[in-house]
Amino acid sequence: MRDVAIIGIGQIAVGEHWNSSLRMLAAEAIQLSLEDAGLEQIDALYVGNAYGGTVSSQTQLGALIADYAGLSNVEAYTMEAADASGAAALRTAYLAVASGAVESAAVVGVEKSTDMLASARVQARSVSLDADYEAAQGATLTALAALLMRRYMHEYNLELGAFEGFSINAHANGGRNDYAMFHNNIKPGRFAKAPMIADPVSLFDNAPDADGAAAVIITSLNRAVDMVPQPVRITGSAAATDTLTLHDRSDMLYLKAANISAHKAYARAGISAKDVSLFELHDAYTILSALTLEATGFAERGEGWKLAQSGAIGLTGSLPISTFGGLKARGNPAGAAGIYQTVEACLQLRGQAGANQVPNAKTALIQNLGGLGSTAITHVLQI
Amino acid sequence: MTANDMNINPSYVMHPDRKVGIVGYGAYIPRYRLPGTEVARVWTNGLGGSPITEKAVAGLDEDVTTMSIEAARNALARAAIDPELIRAVWVGSESHPYAVKPTSTIVAESIGASANIQAADWEFACKAGTEAVQASIGMIGSGMVAYTLSIGMDTAQGRPGDALEYTAASGGAAFLLGPAAEACAVYQGSYSYVTDTPDFWRRSGEHYPSHGDRFTGEPAYFAHVTSAAQALMDMMGTKASDYTYAVFHQPNVKFPSRAAEMLGFNEEQIKYGLLAGLVGNVYSGSCMLGLTATLDMAKAGDRILMVSYGSGAGSDAFDLTVTEQIEAVKYRAPSTQDYIKRRTQIDYATYCRYRGKLKD
Repeated sequence: MRDVAIIGIGQIAVGEHWNSSLRMLAAEAIQLSLEDAGLEQIDALYVGNAYGGTVSSQTQLGALIADYAGLSNVEAYTMEAADASGAAALRTAYLAVASGAVESAAVVGVEKSTDMLASARVQARSVSLDADYEAAQGATLTALAALLMRRYMHEYNLELGAFEGFSINAHANGGRNDYAMFHNNIKPGRFAKAPMIADPVSLFDNAPDADGAAAVIITSLNRAVDMVPQPVRITGSAAATDTLTLHDRSDMLYLKAANISAHKAYARAGISAKDVSLFELHDAYTILSALTLEATGFAERGEGWKLAQSGAIGLTGSLPISTFGGLKARGNPAGAAGIYQTVEACLQLRGQAGANQVPNAKTALIQNLGGLGSTAITHVLQI
Repeated sequence: MTANDMNINPSYVMHPDRKVGIVGYGAYIPRYRLPGTEVARVWTNGLGGSPITEKAVAGLDEDVTTMSIEAARNALARAAIDPELIRAVWVGSESHPYAVKPTSTIVAESIGASANIQAADWEFACKAGTEAVQASIGMIGSGMVAYTLSIGMDTAQGRPGDALEYTAASGGAAFLLGPAAEACAVYQGSYSYVTDTPDFWRRSGEHYPSHGDRFTGEPAYFAHVTSAAQALMDMMGTKASDYTYAVFHQPNVKFPSRAAEMLGFNEEQIKYGLLAGLVGNVYSGSCMLGLTATLDMAKAGDRILMVSYGSGAGSDAFDLTVTEQIEAVKYRAPSTQDYIKRRTQIDYATYCRYRGKLKD
């Protein structure tokens, strides 16, 4: 296996792109990443997309996007793992380049959510749940997250306000990110009073669906050092799965796949949790943030929420998270979320994060989840 | 095409050969008011707030026909002309009582117009009334006729529990247009901007409209209202500060306020015409009603920009100058504020009865 590095990054603002189609969003992000890398052609394109088939009535995105991005005839196809599709595409590209089969690859995460009204989108996105045992019963991802959060609050005797620090931090960081969907701050105390979507998951808890596309260009580290001044090394990459349904888990409040993939990635990178400078975690719901911190070695069980109360997760804290707003404030363009995380981690490691810069960022951890931790893909990036 | 791809030719501004103006105008707002808090009480347990304070609701014996007649009578009273001189009666609405059978013929006969008229009902979502005004300017401006009556009136539909239910309201206005020499406000130029943008629609046979959530904002309302307004101002060689007042289509308070700000207008310029907070969204009557309230407060020499918006989608923009005649006509009929102050509050259950919301 060869060492692999990221040599180009590109992203477009997350939001509602009424005048752009899925292919246009993807092509623009790829173009930006190619320009950043100083390249015009690559050998393969891996697409992360979750809901093209159900929301945009479009599959076979590899051929479509390669054509529109001017990457004629390259190897190209889609990786799908619900909201972890972006990281799945990154890991596929990583494996292809590390094996030596592919010299350079583009990875684009793209989602076009606003092709469908919000009411219809809820159902379209429920295809990532268990069709027989969850979706058919009327469950949605947010409803299941609410069950998880309620159970956590019951087990650890917590009030809703215990989770507010995650959303306050995300919005504070998103407010300084031009590519973020939301730029408003959440005032302390407002979180617990926000309108409910699925009690106890509220509007200030749930990351918003959005349109977006982000891309990275990777190649072997040997080539990378001659091509760009600051190649970002992918030193760890690992994926794991858990049961698709919550009810099949013996312990609902433990994200096993998140734990396994994180520790495999640490081992490959030769690091431990204490070496991490910043963590772009999958904060689609605050309950996922709390459980992720517990599963990945940053908090004891039942204590993940405490990190959000202590200021530890701020840009100058001991473990900065969601440094550009996370899924909550930057927005959650499903299959693109994992690549936005990657682009943001690269900006931190390159020292190009501007007002959101984490001091002395050397090692970034990224974890992208599909569903409520059914898929967990973790990457370690280092400069 | 999208609203961003505008290719404005200065000749697109519409100037008739003969100058045309508003000879008489009239408002009508039914007396019943449903507060936004009542809708919220029923549908959200009082949480989430309301986009407006309250909306006007037509009573059991009111519909677009009766309300159009009321507004037309006010316009006729201000114009003080013989109704037999009117040569066209046009009613723009999304709530015509009949699918087939004109509202306009009932209105024409009720106000004493002769049979020597054109009469038709217009439909272009919320800009059906201003579309009729554009046609009136053409008819009078070309010398074909002397006077026309253009009405925008609605008993707007909103599905129970939908976001539109807070705002969908009843009311509107009538404009009697004629030669500039007799007018209280003269059209300096007008312009229309239209694209195929499906933001809000109601299919044949359906009782309530559908809409595209936030798609109704940026690519729909704002793109068309600001494009039409800016294009007209560019062609007229004017800027926001050249106008005393501006009136915009008002589905709520936020949209017209933001459109005004985007175009460079301040709060003072829109305050008399922005009625949505207390009246609601009267669809085809929306900015036409706002213009009546503005004319009620206007003085000779004031310049007014008016921009409608109809989903589907398009905007009509008008540049008006108020004349000395305004002082003679404004007190001949009830003011729009008189109608706003005439108010009987109802609860949600009464609203359901008045608007026929309960079905077997």
